[in-house]
Amino acid sequence: MIRFLIKGLLRDSHRSRLPLIVVAFGVMLTILLTTWITGILGDSINLNAKLATGHLKVITRAYQENMDQLPVDLALTGTSGLIKSLRTDFPAVSWVERIEFGGLLDLPDENNETKSQGPFAGIAIDMFNIDSGEKERLNLKKILVDGKLPSSSGELLVSSSFAQKLGIKIRDKVTFIGSTMFGEMAINNYTVAGTIRYGISSLDKGSIIMDISDARNALDMEDACNEILGFTGTDYYDDAKATEVMTSFNKKHLENKDQFAPVMLRLRDQNDLGTLIDLMNGVVGLISFIFILAMSVVLWNAALIGGLRRYGEVGLRLAIGEEKGHIYRSLIAESLIIGIAGSFLGTAVGLSISYLVQQKGIDLSKLMESATMIMPGVFRTKITPASWYIGFIPGILATVLGTALAGIGIYRRQTASLFKELQS
Amino acid sequence: MENSEIISVRDLTKRFPMGLSEFTALRGISLEFSRGEFSGVVGPSGSGKTTLLNIIGLLDNPTDGDVIILGNPSKNLSVKEAAMIRRKHMGFIFQTYNLLPVYTVFENVEFPLLLLSMSTGERKKAVLEALAWVGLSDKEKSKPAQLSGGECQRVAIARAMVKRPEIVLADEPTANLDADNSHHILQTMEKLNKELHTTFIFATHDEKVISYLRRKITLVDGKVSHDDVLKP
Ligand SMILES: Nc1ncnc2c1ncn2[C@@H]1O[C@H](COP(=O)(O)OP(=O)(O)OP(=O)(O)O)[C@@H](O)[C@H]1O
Ligand SMILES: [Mg+2]
Repeated sequence: MIRFLIKGLLRDSHRSRLPLIVVAFGVMLTILLTTWITGILGDSINLNAKLATGHLKVITRAYQENMDQLPVDLALTGTSGLIKSLRTDFPAVSWVERIEFGGLLDLPDENNETKSQGPFAGIAIDMFNIDSGEKERLNLKKILVDGKLPSSSGELLVSSSFAQKLGIKIRDKVTFIGSTMFGEMAINNYTVAGTIRYGISSLDKGSIIMDISDARNALDMEDACNEILGFTGTDYYDDAKATEVMTSFNKKHLENKDQFAPVMLRLRDQNDLGTLIDLMNGVVGLISFIFILAMSVVLWNAALIGGLRRYGEVGLRLAIGEEKGHIYRSLIAESLIIGIAGSFLGTAVGLSISYLVQQKGIDLSKLMESATMIMPGVFRTKITPASWYIGFIPGILATVLGTALAGIGIYRRQTASLFKELQS
Repeated sequence: MENSEIISVRDLTKRFPMGLSEFTALRGISLEFSRGEFSGVVGPSGSGKTTLLNIIGLLDNPTDGDVIILGNPSKNLSVKEAAMIRRKHMGFIFQTYNLLPVYTVFENVEFPLLLLSMSTGERKKAVLEALAWVGLSDKEKSKPAQLSGGECQRVAIARAMVKRPEIVLADEPTANLDADNSHHILQTMEKLNKELHTTFIFATHDEKVISYLRRKITLVDGKVSHDDVLKP
């Protein structure tokens, strides 16, 4: 019977063409939309990961309580040992040390008197070690506005609008005033190597980037840092993998009740990113749902029209003794075949286009010159494992649903007048 | 078995609702059909021929009285059981051929067998045999659109006969055919009736059909006015 149905579908293009096109088109759109949304939301999640949260982050319990203040006095100590054991235990994750700190930046005049001064938030990264990948991670080359990247210790980067406000120029000497890990006054001098712009106003207002060795000197943080970030292999956040690593790490340190015992957080536990991730999944679900509805209605109508065309066939089949349920199921089987074929087609086309956009990107940076990092100028789709099957859900469900609704008419058909109906 | 009763129509009445009142299409018809009969229901238009065939074919239910098919009173049959009897024991031939246009002649004839549990090999043998009966062995791969009207009706006969049913019901099978083709298909059916002992019941007012009948039942106004044996 199935072979019989497939033959009918292949030979009767009226029967298969329209539903096939509808399914393939809908599936393609589903895939394009979901990969696009995953791409865009994924990019902003990604940006957060690189700038602040990592895919995973190790901090002290005490630091966790006061994380929004970026306290250096609650930092991890003995970090060279800690990072070594992290690298052994979780070799698939790249681990880097960072110091997040705050203070005052002071621009002195010729007489070493304060010319201007302002508060900043600083990130200290492992800049000089190529293996750390931190330069690329923060996209330093791209966000550099003026000057050059620091090439030796004692050099730092200042955000451009901050520099403007304080009247800082490239190669100016600036003084950092803050407090060390032990609560003592810290004063250190640096040279401004370059200015940067993130395109995120809160960051551009007052931030600096320096090498972690400089920060350690200034803050008296020998073998210490307040955050260790972990990045899972892929560019995109893998929640399942992050959860696995976190669970395993935290289990080991559960017994240690010390305030300064390390604790690991996932990306989703920080900055409300969990909500964003859930939103992303929710939107993908919503898109599938909308396409199921829209396609079902179209396919329902297509099936109704198909039913009219095949009125005689159904009548004949009833007359020669095929049961209504059998005919109904055979129509559903036909729609299933179309749904699967259309979904394959739509997935192939949708993924191909998505792949192109993922690789090449759509460059809109000209349109959004002011936003350098928070909204990456090049839009990219993102193909995830789910992209391979996500289209099949609306594709198959909609065809089957449409046919199931349209086919109900078969049950209302009376056999009493079949001889008459089949007369003309 | 040769002359055993296969269809028994008992005091059959059929009324159709017509607005507020009713229209009586069949009024108290009683008939017996034996295995292997080649009989026809004739009569003027509107006399109830099609209505009677519908009820014998278990496509419609009587208002009063009953039809007993192969020992099964139609009153006691569920819709599914009726479908099963049609599927296994009855063939239908219509005025229009109602072939499925996307399928080949072979596949059209094969279709009723797909509803019975038969192996591919058995089906193929039965279909080729049925096509040989109607003289269309060489058109096996053609599509209905490539056939003449007479050939289409022969395919329809092969489709009705392929499962070797006990009963074949044919409503005006020659209405769309010219004289030559009409004689051809009537000869084919007469031959099959003799060889396979299939019971044929026609509804017709075509003289050509009537000339082949061995029994002629005349309906007038929903009643049997004559029941004549034409040939032994
Ligand atoms: N479903 C129905 N509802 C109402 N009246 C019906 C219905 N079916 C048949 N009739 C009526 O019953 C009568 C008999 O109809 P039937 O079709 O059996 O006639 P017939 O002898 O086959 O005529 P013809 O030679 O024109 O085919 C007609 O008057 C017809 O109008
Ligand atoms: Mg009639």
